Amino acid sequence: MSLRAPLGRVLGLGTAKDGTDHWWGQRISAVALVLLGLWFAVSLVVLPSLEHHIAVEFIGTPLNSVLLSLLCVTTAYHSYLGVQVVVEDYVHAAGLRITSLILSRFAHVFVAVVSVYAILKIGLAA
Amino acid sequence: MAEFRLPPNSRIKKGKHFDASHGAANVRRFAVYRYDPDSGENPRVDTYEVDLDSCGTMVLDALIKIKNEVDPTLTFRRSCREGICGSCAMNIDGGNTLACTRSIDSVKGVVKIYPLPHMPVVKDLVPDLTNFYAQYASIKPWLQTRTPPPPDQERLQSKEDQELINEPAACILCACCSTSCPSYWWNSDRYLGPAALLAAYRWLVDSRDEATGERLDELEDPFRLYRCHTIMNCTQTCPKDLNPAQAIAETKKMLAERRY
Repeated sequence: MSLRAPLGRVLGLGTAKDGTDHWWGQRISAVALVLLGLWFAVSLVVLPSLEHHIAVEFIGTPLNSVLLSLLCVTTAYHSYLGVQVVVEDYVHAAGLRITSLILSRFAHVFVAVVSVYAILKIGLAA
Repeated sequence: MAEFRLPPNSRIKKGKHFDASHGAANVRRFAVYRYDPDSGENPRVDTYEVDLDSCGTMVLDALIKIKNEVDPTLTFRRSCREGICGSCAMNIDGGNTLACTRSIDSVKGVVKIYPLPHMPVVKDLVPDLTNFYAQYASIKPWLQTRTPPPPDQERLQSKEDQELINEPAACILCACCSTSCPSYWWNSDRYLGPAALLAAYRWLVDSRDEATGERLDELEDPFRLYRCHTIMNCTQTCPKDLNPAQAIAETKKMLAERRY
């Protein structure tokens, strides 16, 4: 129990002077994902088949390599921002919240780097 | 973690039943949340049968009739009975609204009445709004200026400028919006909630106010403002037909505008 005044509790640690970049980044990456997602969907439909050599050939084209890398990085970024909001919303124990945010950041960076590495490996080998 | 179940001492039990008086022809049943912290018992839902032929048309009329004629222990806030004081905000038929402006006819079947959701309950339908009022106080809801007032008249405002604050200034702080917001349920200790943010917006767009920058500084926070995920419950439930969700969106746009 605390005898702190209600206003003091609301003012708390003050404002973080932050959040606008997060909000803006989520919206910009959403717009980018719409465009990249459309390109990716259309490309898959147009492909003659989904056999291995056709897929490797598709990824190996310079333009496709670049766009696919952008798609993977943007997806990871957008997903990280979204997971961060979910964690902040629902995980209230401070230690668990910080740990979840750090692990989520590691996981998203890892997935993005692995995806780009795989695409570059195919693209540069072609 | 966020709480998805009520704590054991808050789970609702079955309550008492009060029949309508003999000879009543037009009977409606009201299921009302009852909780008395002094009793040490869990909350319960009592049902009251009310003869609508001898009752006013609004839900508040029925509550007053129950308190006067059936059960004087029933506790609720009310004052103006015309939707301007915001005292009788409660959850009726699953939605937050004012008991004095919600007609009994608009509810089908049993009229279910609960206190505003996810707030500490003082007694029966009376929620503890201490934190809600402190959040309102935290946004400094008064005019802040550097320009001295004209010596011979009040600070003037054009008709267009007045119209900008016309709607947000009509908020009666009934707390229907904030307590309908799931984001406020989970994080009301840090998220200001739609009512306080609508009030903040009312001063942000006031042409006479000169603390817009400082006000935006105070709001720019992942929790205070950006916990709003545009769920829109606030706008849907507002008994005064105001639009807190739009005010919050406009505030976010102002913050983006001064940065980019």
